[in-house]
Amino acid sequence: MEAVTENLGLFGRGYLLSLQLCLWGLAGSLLLGTLVAACRVSPVPPLRAFGTAWVGVVRNCPLTVVLFAFAFGLPEVGVNGSYWWLGIAALVVYTSAFVCEALRSGINAVPAGQAEAARAIGLTFTQSLRSVVLPQAFRSSVPPVGSVLIAMIKNSAVVGAFGVGRDLFSVGNSLTSAQGYAALPVLTGVAVGYLLLTLPAGGALAAVERKVAIAR
Amino acid sequence: MSSGTGTTRTTDGTPDGTPDGTVDGIVAPRRRTGRTAAAGAPRATVLYDAPGPRARRRTLVGSIAATVVILGLLALVVRRLADAGQLSAERWGPLLDPSTEEFGQVWRLLGLGLRSTLTAAALAIVGSVVLGTLIGVARMMLPGRTRWPLVGVIELLRGLPVVIAIYFTSRVLPDVGVDVSGLPGPDGLWYLVIALVAYNMVVIAEIVRSGVASLPRGQREAALSVGLTPGQTMRIVLLPQAFRVMLPALISQLVVILKDTSLAAVLGIYPELLNRANRIAQNLDNPIPMFITVGVIFIAINAALSQVAVVVERRVSRSTAHR
Repeated sequence: MEAVTENLGLFGRGYLLSLQLCLWGLAGSLLLGTLVAACRVSPVPPLRAFGTAWVGVVRNCPLTVVLFAFAFGLPEVGVNGSYWWLGIAALVVYTSAFVCEALRSGINAVPAGQAEAARAIGLTFTQSLRSVVLPQAFRSSVPPVGSVLIAMIKNSAVVGAFGVGRDLFSVGNSLTSAQGYAALPVLTGVAVGYLLLTLPAGGALAAVERKVAIAR
Repeated sequence: MSSGTGTTRTTDGTPDGTPDGTVDGIVAPRRRTGRTAAAGAPRATVLYDAPGPRARRRTLVGSIAATVVILGLLALVVRRLADAGQLSAERWGPLLDPSTEEFGQVWRLLGLGLRSTLTAAALAIVGSVVLGTLIGVARMMLPGRTRWPLVGVIELLRGLPVVIAIYFTSRVLPDVGVDVSGLPGPDGLWYLVIALVAYNMVVIAEIVRSGVASLPRGQREAALSVGLTPGQTMRIVLLPQAFRVMLPALISQLVVILKDTSLAAVLGIYPELLNRANRIAQNLDNPIPMFITVGVIFIAINAALSQVAVVVERRVSRSTAHR
């Protein structure tokens, strides 16, 4: 286990960098996913088509293909950036499709009668959205969005494996490949690092779920 | 979990499955049949009422504006690609033009890559469905505390990124003396398959468990009361029904497995489709056309699989409605 204890600082920094990667991915994919979801449920057909196409394409492409296309393709057309930002961009684009679908499932879970009742008592469009439909939709989409985000934490390891440098995966890689430490303890350290990201996230999700659960 | 069906729950924690089954498969069709609006007329949804003349005019204006913006963006992208020389025959020729000398070679290699991808996916699918069912059943049938270690392993494997699992198998297995060279195919294939099975079997175990949990309680009670043992009850009565219920979620998970085989390309341990494409792209200097092609191949296969899921879903909901 010396491999881990000797390099605890390195693991710590790797953990923080992975956390940072996840937070950027979280912010970006929630934002983009909400936009795409808004397109997908809008009454305007071209926007709906755009949302559907976005989800259909992105969701069926492996993250690795998106990642390769961003990292090797974009520089060809003059979009230059570090692997760090290109990797985050790929992660955000990929996750946005799943966030979109999770939000949409939340909207679909609101019974149509709720909206009909809101209209029947004379609420305007904005009022019915703001005080009846969307609050329920957001609460119903907490579990699916949460599991999408936890999956994103795990996917961030792919971005790390791709070589953004010094995150948890890269730390493990450089310790085993370049410095010749035994693989088992180092990779166990890396795995524990990721569990320290996913398990608390799962716990937080469960707490939020309990808080916003609707009894139907 | 506030609302929703068993299917939503089952795919929790999988990288991709979550929205699939629920959104397209379950909720949408039910909604559609529940609508009373006349065919062809714009329909009300939970978000907005059926539009009147004014809203329809506004939608029309919005449609035109959105079309202009989307086409404009597309034009920008195409222009950018053209300016960078990405649309040239030189870059696309090897993929599209059979008369170029590279064409045959490129597609032969891509074909080999696709075969490797499908081989790994097939092995991983069979392995994880079989082991996943066993684990799911074990988790349900083990009494009380004896199942805790199993639950621990399940949670552990679920929380681990697949790419780490693959890295783990490719580095640690040789270190600890597990020899896969006796098995047919390259070593990388088996490292990839073992890691994919390790991750996906626990996901499938959870799918199986929630499939069984979604069955009416009377099924189990009736089976036990006619004298079947718990094992027989599971095998003869519960599992066959559960498999039908969970097929859509299961198929979404199979799409995930297929997609995850390409993780091997990041680590470069197995010459599957993306790995081959990447090497060709480096030789021909055409990454954009190459990755677009690979993307299209994956999308075609996965869209076909998802379509199967939708059809199966419809069948299943029809047959359970009769029951």
